[in-house]
Amino acid sequence: MISYAEILPQLFDTLKPFTKENFRLKEQTELVAELGLDSLQVMQVLLKIEDHFDISIPLNNLPKIRTVKDLGEEIEKLLKG
Amino acid sequence: MSLFDKFLPIQEARNELLKSGVNPFHITVDKILSPTEAIINGRTTILVGTNNYLGLTFHPDAILAGQQALALEGTGTTGSRMANGSFASHRELEKAIAEFYGAPYAIVFSTGYQANLGVLSALAGAGDTILMDGDSHASIYDGCRLGGAEIIRFKHNDVADLEKRLRRLGDRSQRTLIVVEGIYSMLGDRAPLAEIVEVKKKYGATLIVDEAHSLGILGQHGRGLAEETGVEQDVDCIVGTFSKSLGSTGGFGISSHPEFELIRYASRPYIFTASPCPSVVASTRATIRIIQTHPELRQQLWTNSQHLYEGLIKSGYTLGAEVGPIMAAMIPTRELALAMWQQLLENGIYVNLMIPPATPNGECLLRLSVSAAHTKKQIEKIISAFAELPHTTPTHSNPAQVQPDAILN
Repeated sequence: MISYAEILPQLFDTLKPFTKENFRLKEQTELVAELGLDSLQVMQVLLKIEDHFDISIPLNNLPKIRTVKDLGEEIEKLLKG
Repeated sequence: MSLFDKFLPIQEARNELLKSGVNPFHITVDKILSPTEAIINGRTTILVGTNNYLGLTFHPDAILAGQQALALEGTGTTGSRMANGSFASHRELEKAIAEFYGAPYAIVFSTGYQANLGVLSALAGAGDTILMDGDSHASIYDGCRLGGAEIIRFKHNDVADLEKRLRRLGDRSQRTLIVVEGIYSMLGDRAPLAEIVEVKKKYGATLIVDEAHSLGILGQHGRGLAEETGVEQDVDCIVGTFSKSLGSTGGFGISSHPEFELIRYASRPYIFTASPCPSVVASTRATIRIIQTHPELRQQLWTNSQHLYEGLIKSGYTLGAEVGPIMAAMIPTRELALAMWQQLLENGIYVNLMIPPATPNGECLLRLSVSAAHTKKQIEKIISAFAELPHTTPTHSNPAQVQPDAILN
């Protein structure tokens, strides 16, 4: 079972292409507010993450996900099943 | 900070639109003249953005049936069917739509929006999963939310993505409702239904098709995409609306599952709303008969669609991938789309302006819906009006490869 600590670096790698040059991703980075992603980019990020971890993130859970940490914890929860 | 402050961004956006002189989302039709013409801003205008696909809103049979019902049964029912009882005509309408589909069970709702809310929320609740196409209409999003099921989107019309997500669900796939549309309302493309049926069967899921924009349009008898594809027996439920090709108001769900009949006892949008008024019910029954007995209307619609599609392509527009009664001209920027929309209106042509977030892929669209009632002369006038507009076609878009949608409803 993959842990949050193992998920986090993979998440940083997946998010990296969506950040501006020299932006340093942290656990507390806010996905929309700080990365400046528009709604289309948010969907692209989610699709990429879903395929990487082989999960489906339910729409119901999206409003609760604001930061990288929130997203990592959601992935961990979904992987646990 | 008051409750009303949240409307400030909307006010700013509206003010920005008003600078152009007209608010495209607050148009007043001063006088409706026919299924294809109205007076707007004092000008006779050709309507090509009404979803009035078969042009039945002024059909004499539908008008007469409505008038008679109005005189005999009154203006409204003043309550829900559960509390006040059903009028015999509600039952007759359910019988008519069930017979049209050859399905044993049908439930009528007061609007098409409520049909999706009513059927989806009752079918998939807590502990169930919904797999919905990403380009689904807002009524599907809202209906899915209302039921409390877990909602997962799949990439628009991407059966491989749907299958991947069914696989990820494991045993839960058997308590999963797949939701797709016959014809999608923004770009006019169709669901790959034969392939969707295959994966639905493979994973033991349930499939519902919203035929709102395909009823009366696709299939030998006009029953929609499921009929056209030859998979009616494998589609568990169909929902649809009376407010497009049938020219009235209301919605319905049909199914061959005996339990479907019980939805009316479990569906809040059915229970807690006034039932359809008698004149609307009577007009709808009349137009169902018309689409069953006048297949030439469908043929005319396709002739008109082909004519307009070819004319717009020849004029240099990028349209959706397939010919059909819904066409979407893709415009590179919001400003250009608004200016073009306004110029068309000034030239006596009304189309729908569609901008993000209501559109897939963040596109700006001038959306047209063709009617069987459009004359050849009207179609030619629409083509000329588009051809005369200064426009450039976006090069980044390939409508045949629709990306994950941007609709964050």
